Amino acid sequence: MKKLALTALAALMLSGAAMAETVKVGIAAEPYPPFASPDASGKWTGWEVDLIGAVCKAAEMECEIVPVAWDGIIPALTAGQIDAIMASMSITEERLKTIDFSNKYYNTPTVIVAAKGGDIAATPEGLAGKILGVQVSTIHEAYAQKHFAGSVAEIKVYQTQDEANQDLVAGRIDATQADSIALDAFLASAEGAACCEVKGAVADDPDVLGLGVGVGLRKGEDALKEKFNAGIAKVLEDGTYEAISKRYFASSIYGG
Amino acid sequence: MILTRAFWQPHRIVLAAIAIAIVVFCAVTLRWDWVPKYLPLAAQGLWRTIWILLTSVVLGLMLAIPLGLAQAVGPWFLAWPARAFCTVIRGTPLLLQLWLLYYGLGSLFPQIPWIRQSDLWPILRQAWPYGLLALTLSFAGYEGEVMRGAFKGVPKGQLEAAKAMGMPRFTTLRRIWLPQALHRVLPTLGGETVLQLKATPLVATITVVDIYAVASRVRQDTFLTYEPLLLLALVYMAVTAVIVVIFRWFERRVPTRVA
Repeated sequence: MKKLALTALAALMLSGAAMAETVKVGIAAEPYPPFASPDASGKWTGWEVDLIGAVCKAAEMECEIVPVAWDGIIPALTAGQIDAIMASMSITEERLKTIDFSNKYYNTPTVIVAAKGGDIAATPEGLAGKILGVQVSTIHEAYAQKHFAGSVAEIKVYQTQDEANQDLVAGRIDATQADSIALDAFLASAEGAACCEVKGAVADDPDVLGLGVGVGLRKGEDALKEKFNAGIAKVLEDGTYEAISKRYFASSIYGG
Repeated sequence: MILTRAFWQPHRIVLAAIAIAIVVFCAVTLRWDWVPKYLPLAAQGLWRTIWILLTSVVLGLMLAIPLGLAQAVGPWFLAWPARAFCTVIRGTPLLLQLWLLYYGLGSLFPQIPWIRQSDLWPILRQAWPYGLLALTLSFAGYEGEVMRGAFKGVPKGQLEAAKAMGMPRFTTLRRIWLPQALHRVLPTLGGETVLQLKATPLVATITVVDIYAVASRVRQDTFLTYEPLLLLALVYMAVTAVIVVIFRWFERRVPTRVA
């Protein structure tokens, strides 16, 4: 019996070695519901996690999800600890200087959320003298620094969007700027529903807000990029993308 | 001190040479073009770090003296709470205390309308008061324990002599007991202040922009890893050196001979 188990184990290991090399897909270690967050048992779930599975399957790649701290995820990619980033990372000029991106796989508007009532609007004038909270090294931080730094009282930078949301509930910031989907999840929670509402979408600025979310890749890895592009195209075409989206959202988030 | 011959011993010369070589190597091979852009922010961050360190050490020590005294000689109703405080503070991570204060206590305040409308609210909604409070309590907890030992370590004969001379108890504390206890803890206190310096980056997790937060920001903006972190290490080492020198100076000023 023991011998049989050993043989089985050896066979498993051999077949594992024979398979194509695993692609390590980095996701942000900080929960970002409904895109990626660990459940009670520590297993990662969410729209993006499901999509990673689907894209990898469509592109016939063996993928392994590796959580990496968001603020070090680009250095982790360039240093080779991971091979791809699928962590709701927007394709921006600034990031394209360091890394490469696949085609976009979703694109959602950027909104301002603040306490119900009040006179806050998603414009520099509408935020004059207020304290705005954003998540560190996101397009939202870059946008806030560029467009709102002149008029707001202070821009507070948080490690996670959850912390910014908590401080919004606690009244320590007046408003927060983030992706509409991420904030919808917060507004659907009991805390968020009680305190806050969407004040509107910010004016578009493709230079900062980017061209949607893509898979972050090391420069020069065109073969892998092609694989991801083909995988994304396939899941969009065969309806997998829509099926996954339906599980989490009212409509498709592929965007224009 | 630096110019005297005694200072330049062989091991110091070698260490200095290695340090200079490392600095030159880093300056030449790594990217430093971001430094001018972030200099004002870094100066602000450094000032905040030092300010939080100094304030928390001074306030913490002021709390530690009664905490130590209560544990050393206080009646049970003072000694027990003091001991419980020190045990809790020393038994839990500082990060946990900080988050309990900021995300716990700090988010209870806004639910109480009169606090939100009071003049204190603009201060209470900021992050630094919670950071300062957590660091102060932590320092008080550790030093309270150190002061307890120091008070107990002062020779009994000294205190008995003071009593025999008819010195009032408070005067005895002020002129004999406390100075000798403080002198005993000075070397420990220097080390604890250095440790406290290295606890300050935790405030960055509650949005206080100290020097560590500035380095993180540079990392996130430029995607550089080594340069900001190496510079940060250098800054902390420089501040540590200043703390060590200051405490040496204090130690030399306080006479070791007891009266």
